[in-house]
Parts: sequence; C-alpha cells; structure tokens
Amino acid sequence: MLNRGSTLGSALVSFCSLVSLLGVAIEPARAQNAAPAAATVKLGIVSFLTGPAAAPFGIPGRNGAEVMIEAMNAGKVPAPFNKVGFGGSKIEARYVDETGSAANVVTEFRNLVQRDQVDAVVGYVSSGSCLAVTPVAEELKALTVLYDCGTPRIFEEKPRSYVFRVSPHATMDSVGAARYLLARKPGTTSYSGINQNYAWGQDSWRDFTGAMQVLAPKITVDKVLFPKLFAGEYGAEISTLLTSKSQVLHTSFYDGDLEAFLYQEQARALDKRMTIIATTGEAAIWRLRDKMPNGTIIGGRGPNGPLAPDSELNRWFQKLYSDRYNVPPTYPAYQMAMSLLGLKLAYEKAQKGEAKPTTDEVAAAFKGIEFEGPSGKVKLAIGDGHQGISGTAYGTYRFNKQKNEPEIVDIMRFPAECVNPPAGINADDWIKQGMKGAKC
Amino acid sequence: MLTAFAILVDGLVYAAYLFIVAIGLTLIFGVMKILNVAHGSFYTFGAYGAATAVGIYFDRGLPAAGGFLLMALFAMALGLALGLILERGVMRLVYGRDEVVMVLVTYAAFLILEDIVILIWGTGSYATYQPLLAAGNTEVGELILSNYDLGLIVVAALLAAISYWALKFTRYGRLLTAVIFDRETAAAFGINVKVVYTVTFVIGAMLGALGGAIMAPKIAVTLGIGVEVIVLAFAVVAIGGMGSIEGALIGALIVGICRAAAVHLVPQIELFVIYGVMALVLLIRPYGLFVRAQPRKI
Repeated sequence: MLNRGSTLGSALVSFCSLVSLLGVAIEPARAQNAAPAAATVKLGIVSFLTGPAAAPFGIPGRNGAEVMIEAMNAGKVPAPFNKVGFGGSKIEARYVDETGSAANVVTEFRNLVQRDQVDAVVGYVSSGSCLAVTPVAEELKALTVLYDCGTPRIFEEKPRSYVFRVSPHATMDSVGAARYLLARKPGTTSYSGINQNYAWGQDSWRDFTGAMQVLAPKITVDKVLFPKLFAGEYGAEISTLLTSKSQVLHTSFYDGDLEAFLYQEQARALDKRMTIIATTGEAAIWRLRDKMPNGTIIGGRGPNGPLAPDSELNRWFQKLYSDRYNVPPTYPAYQMAMSLLGLKLAYEKAQKGEAKPTTDEVAAAFKGIEFEGPSGKVKLAIGDGHQGISGTAYGTYRFNKQKNEPEIVDIMRFPAECVNPPAGINADDWIKQGMKGAKC
Repeated sequence: MLTAFAILVDGLVYAAYLFIVAIGLTLIFGVMKILNVAHGSFYTFGAYGAATAVGIYFDRGLPAAGGFLLMALFAMALGLALGLILERGVMRLVYGRDEVVMVLVTYAAFLILEDIVILIWGTGSYATYQPLLAAGNTEVGELILSNYDLGLIVVAALLAAISYWALKFTRYGRLLTAVIFDRETAAAFGINVKVVYTVTFVIGAMLGALGGAIMAPKIAVTLGIGVEVIVLAFAVVAIGGMGSIEGALIGALIVGICRAAAVHLVPQIELFVIYGVMALVLLIRPYGLFVRAQPRKI
C-alpha cells in the first residue's frame, strides 16, 4: 500500500529508544543511616496506584494503610495497639506509586530513604519490585517491610538485616490449595494449570504441583499453560483446557487477568467441566460477584477477608475499611494492616522512654516478633526471624442470591506449621523432600 | 482433527483481535508516517467508553442487541472527538519534524491521556461482560465456542473488506493513495494534504476506540490496557509492513495461527512465538511482508 519502507528502521529505532528511556533514570546515591530529628515517624507507603494491578491490589493496599494510619494516629486501634501513632509519635505517610520498571522502583525507594528521610518503607506488591528493592534496602540500612509480594526467594537467597515480611510467602498458598483440593475432591485424577509467565505464576505452579506430587502422587498433570502477564485474550488456552480430561484447573491469576479469564471461560462453560482453584480469588469476589463461578475454590493469600478468623480486631478493621470505602477489605488491605501493626509493635518494643529508637534497634525488636492482628496470629518464624508464617484457609465460593452478596463456604483452616516450611530450609527443597515436619 | 480445528478457530479469533487493534495504527503510519503510541489511548478510551455505555444500557434491562450497537457507536464517537482534539491541537504543530520527535509527542500524549482516564474513570476496573455472555455459545464436538468470538472474526473481515473497498474504489481512497505515495506531488496536484491528514488521523482514532470497545466485554477494563495493545499492534504492523492494511491482515493471521498452534502444541513457546515470528519475517524482509524497499529521496 505504501512506498516508504525506509521509515520502518527509524520507527523501530524510535520505539526502542522510547522503551530504553523508561529504564535509565537511576540516580547515584549515597548511604545514610541517620534518624530524622522530627517528632513524627515518617513512613513511605509504596503500592500500585496506577496500572493494571492498582484496582485489585495497589489501591486496597494503599487504602488499608490510610485507614490504619489514621486510626493509629487517633489512638483508636483496639488494644494492644492503642498507643497513639508509633510509641506516641504521630505517623506521617508519604504514598508512592510502584508502577514502572525495576530501576524506577529502586530510584523511588532511594528517594524515600535518602531525600525524604523516611524512618521505614512499607510496600511492594510485585515480587519483581521486592527482589529489586531488598539489596538496596540492605545497602542503605533502611528498615523495609514488604507487604504483599509472595516470592520465597527474598529470605532464602541471603540473610537480611533490615528487610522484613509479615505476610507469609507464596508457598503457603500453593500447599494450602493442594491440601484443600484433596480433602474436598478426593476423586480427582488429573489437573491442569494456567498461570502467568513470570516469577509469581511459575513459583505458584511449581509449589502446587510439588505439593500434589507429595500428597497424591497418582494424580496426573495434564495441560500446563503460561500465557504472558496481562495477555487479555485466552481463547486458545480455553480451547486447550476444553479438550483436556482434567477435573481441576489451578490458577494463580490475579487482577485483570483473572477477571478476563473468568469472563471468557464462562462464555464457553469451562467451569461446568472443571473446578477452578483461584489461589488469589478472594481479591476479586466483591467485583465479580455472581460472575465468579459458584464452586470455585478460593484462596486469599492467607486467612484474610471472608477467610479471616472472627475476632474483635478483625470486625473493627472490616468496619473501619467498609465505612470509608463502601466495600469490604480484601487481602491486600489485610496484608498492609498486618505489616503496619507488626512495625508498630517492633517500634514500640525497641523504644526506650520517649526517645526515638534507631533503625537497628527497631530491626532487632522486629526479629521473630509474634502478634495477633485482623488476619489472626502471625509469627516471624522463618528467614532468620524476618519472614512471617501464619495458618491459612481455603473455601468454596458461592454467590448468595438472597443476600445478594458473595460468600465463601466449606472453609478449611490449616495451621501455620502444616503449610509453611520450617526454619532453615527453603520452600522448594521442603516440598521436594516430602514436606517433612509438617504439623497438620 | 479436533486440535487442528481448535487451532484454526482460535487462530482466527486472535488474528481478528490483532487486526482490529492494528488497523488504525497502520493506517495512520501509512499516510502520516507517525508511529502513533497514543493509539493505545484510543483503545483505552474506547474500552472505558464502551464499559460506561454498556453498564448504563444493561442496568436498564434493555434488549442485548442494542447494547452491541451502543458500545460500538459510543466508543467511535469518543475516538472521533479524541482524534480531532489531538490532531488539531497537537499533531498539526509538529508535522514535518523528525520521526523520533513525532514518536515522543505521541508518547507524551499517551501519558497525558492515561492520566485523563484516571481523572474521568478513577483507578477502579470496569466489567462489561454482558455482551460476551449474552451472545451465548456454540458446541462443536468437545469444543464450546463463544458466539462473541465468532462475531469478532466477522467484524474483522468486514473491516478488512470495507478498508479495501474504501481505498481502491472511492474518491477519498484514491486521494489517500496519492498522499501515501508522495505527499509533495499530491499537494502539487491540488490535494489538500492537511485535510487528508486530519481525516486519516480521526479515522485511525475511531478504529482504535472501536478495537477497545469490541475487546471490552472480554477483559477487565482497567488502567494499563493500552500499553499491551500498542506493543502487540506494533508487532503485527511490523510483520505486515508499516502502513500496509493488507500487511496488517496477513500479519495478524500469521501471528494468530502461530500463537494458537503454540498454545495447543508447545505451550512453553507461546510467549516467544509472536516476537519470534516478527524477528523471522524482518530477517527475511526487513521492511515487512507488504512493503518494498525504496531508494531514498534526496
């Protein structure tokens, strides 16, 4: 149709230049460790505020931080968290968008620590962000609490001094899913998987198949699909699954990918042929409502949302969040709340008198901390006291037409020691070695 | 046999999706020599516009057929307004500049429009599944096919046929062809190139918005959907040849069938296959399948 083929080269060059422009803005940095002199405690809260992961994860996480910090500053969090702010000092939060390349995420992290002189950073949804930020946090000796990312590698690759994660890592989700499936559907003979083609999807599938191999070695794997992240179109994948003999489909899809897949598979009745296990499905139930297929096995990255144990703190948090945002909190909001509560406890434990504790003192107090929050009990028991473990729960989805709201029924709870590896062994090896020492 | 049939149907559905999102991009490049990164924004506005229109329409319990029409018309109206504003307000000021500058301008427009999406629709995601589910499905052996997907193939075929007819058999199409071949000569012959540019850009924007509207029922309409689309559309357009509509069609078919075959037969290479095909084609024909190398004009 046209005769200007020569422009393709320059267009390609332009496009490539544009892409490379996005990843080069890493500013030189110098380490610092001095505590700010102000009376307030400055926190950097990092989460996806734009982009595809904002609506399902980033925004609920950010909102969870907002209501929790306001309640802390007002001294309205139920005991034992009822001291104002952190140890009497009001919290001043700075919210930063996680969207962008790993280089950009690291630059923003450095800005928070070095330019804004925050006392701690709480954040990160993406495992890629967590892996990028962790070595920098160690280099800068900056107290950092990872709130949502699931990769077990953070504390398995190296011991950490300043990085903590209250939320359990992703192995728990996969082992819990396998145990629930086998308890509820013992007649399963074959299963398939569709997971995003990056660290989260690959790790989730590896752990799930590993756990299934240990717990039910005769059950076979049929189709293994890894579409690209944010692919949006799953026609070929659904056809492949329709022609398989699997009774169960495992997916760790989240956000728009999970919703797009569920709309497309319902148009082709895939969920009538196989039970779907959605390990992060809880985050989507309030948006999908009756478009989440009944019978879907639902996980929530731990006992969060409708899977959370009933407690005064949980009811308080649910009301606080729902009153503000007109929607119940989903698991990212819980994970953020738990991370902030853990940090608050560590800060107050480290505090001597009215003086502000140093970063090293807070880090020392954080190590191995144990407390009960809206998601129940959590203990930083692995990763040399830097990685939390908790029990988990799975259930089956049902849309209650009479109440016109989603509900999760047939909930099964698994103790922390049943679904998490013990200290001193990495998650992959633990599963491969038959999940020895699991106490169920 | 069933697998071969599934590959064919899935390939055609994916090709239809790719062609619908790529046709506006290739049209603008063909005429104006602009690699329009803001095409992703037209797609996004189309998807959000369709989500809004469909949400209001179906909430009132009106017949499903009208919903399909409304979502397409509303999205195209948005594309028309957006294309006109962008072309008259921004693009006309940079015509004649280096192609890299043009890319950066459209990229800046893309970033601004992404923020405008947040200002209008917020950060939440929107569901527009009603047309997809209302269309129902058809069973073919073990396969269950979505009627909406089959409709996508028809829409893409219609778009291809209409584009071919408009370019070859209408007065405006001939004017466009003249501008594509040589802008200066076309202007010397009395063709108002500025008007051709405006009309082309607006049509490209409307096609981008239509692509978003058509895909909206299949996806969660959320922030960032335009980014994925622009990369995919660029790959398809590069395979077919920048600016060639028949190239975009063939490029979409090649990528669609190869990707479907990969998913069914070797799912491990699914991620690689689109860009693998692009690399292979460009290795053999550096200007794409439907564009011939031309001597540089001095």
